[in-house]
Amino acid sequence: MARIIVVTSGKGGVGKTTTSASISTGLAKRGHKTVVIDFDVGLRNLDLIMNCERRVVYDFVNVIQGEATLNQALIKDKRVDTLFILPASQTREKEALTKDGVEKVINELSETFDYIVCDSPAGIEHGALMALYYADEAIVVTNPEVSSVRDSDRILGILQSKSRRAEMGQDPVKEHLLLTRYNPDRVERGEMLSVTDVEEILAIPLLGVIPESQVVLNASNQGLPVILEDQSDAGQAYDDAVARLLGEEREHRFMTSQKKGFFSRMFKGG
Amino acid sequence: MSDTAASGLKQSFQLKSASVSLTALELYYFDNDEFEANLRDKISQAPGFFKDIPLVISLEKYEGLDSELDFFKMIGTCRRHNIHVIGVRAGNDDQRRLARGASLALFPGSSLREQAPARAQPDEATKSEAETSSPADVPTSEPAPAKIISQTVRSGQQVYAPEGDLIILAPVQAGAEVLAAGNIHVYGPLRGRALAGIHGAETARVFCQSLEAELVSIAGHYKISEDLQDNGWKSAVQIQLRDDLLVVTPLDKA
Repeated sequence: MARIIVVTSGKGGVGKTTTSASISTGLAKRGHKTVVIDFDVGLRNLDLIMNCERRVVYDFVNVIQGEATLNQALIKDKRVDTLFILPASQTREKEALTKDGVEKVINELSETFDYIVCDSPAGIEHGALMALYYADEAIVVTNPEVSSVRDSDRILGILQSKSRRAEMGQDPVKEHLLLTRYNPDRVERGEMLSVTDVEEILAIPLLGVIPESQVVLNASNQGLPVILEDQSDAGQAYDDAVARLLGEEREHRFMTSQKKGFFSRMFKGG
Repeated sequence: MSDTAASGLKQSFQLKSASVSLTALELYYFDNDEFEANLRDKISQAPGFFKDIPLVISLEKYEGLDSELDFFKMIGTCRRHNIHVIGVRAGNDDQRRLARGASLALFPGSSLREQAPARAQPDEATKSEAETSSPADVPTSEPAPAKIISQTVRSGQQVYAPEGDLIILAPVQAGAEVLAAGNIHVYGPLRGRALAGIHGAETARVFCQSLEAELVSIAGHYKISEDLQDNGWKSAVQIQLRDDLLVVTPLDKA
């Protein structure tokens, strides 16, 4: 049985797709057979970040509607050979994702894969609900600002009430907080919420903190999951997050300002 | 007459004793326009909970003239707001005759109040206990059980205790709403909206470990976040109603 992980947030533009790409790549790199599904029907992005947009023939909706088999639609990643991508349809409506259809696809994937990563669309509408419905674990991607935190709180409430686990009365979905676009300098200036603030409000375990970085943007533009930029702080932060997801204990990094040491030394010296 | 019972046929009904909880509207005086304005105001605070509720008009504190007591207007106004007046509690003989004329059921006066003189000045606490446990006139042998929630109440979620107290052993997040007929206890930060005494129990209170609420309401009297900042903000407090005003007191000095 595969472990089903949803990457969700409520709010848009916080880094769900970036996170889905990196987490799935990270899991696959460690030898776990992983598939990442784009649930954002109509606003397909994952294929761009995974650099497989030119190889999309069939998509998730085609499979649900029986127009293609799963094997025809799955795209094998060129960099990591245990990683597969199931792209979203760009031309259909989100309603094309039916509960039964999604279940059928997930059950079939469960037979051969170790991890199924579901990249949720923003919002709390049908597409997002379908992405989280079958989840065993949830990575809640949050930016350190109040509206993102509020929306994450909302999505946590939905996970507790509308997921299959909640409806069946099973163990609740395991929740992880992933703080992205974290800028310790701006936190110090009081322009951003700190890790402690967000942890205190949301009260769920912290999976990782991804520092705000130009590398993330560059990697996305090149169609490279940022976790493969293993010299960058963002890449390493994602690698830590994957390790923690698999149960490893790793100390949190990139939470304090790098430059601060330099400046404070300057001021002390002067 | 019919001998259906004797002939072994099933009767069309059976009478059973039932005990239900009702909302009582304690009327001080009646002016239809003001009545409607006040009603609309109350409903706007928790629209969902007043829809299609049965209501008993309590006349124990009625101070107006009997001639002003137009039950037909009252019923009509309530009906427009989807509230069903089913009867009248207490009141003198004339008032009760008027009520009967409007096809309303007659309930006896509150047993609680009738007993009160027998007791030696019941103190504030026991009075509040008694009143919150029986929000309406229906005699209940046991207080309504409290609803206990141990999971965080997240933004967009609503928790409702229609009869008794609501006890939450976790944070109530911004954008969440908790409502109770009785008291509300939050053993964690209260960041959302808390409405206690929603059926009109003015002795209901709100207790929380850290007051960060968007809104606190007791029996329809409310304060919004802005008005709560100056007193007890982000600390452990209780909030109660005194002379129609919400009063915030730190818990350590209570």
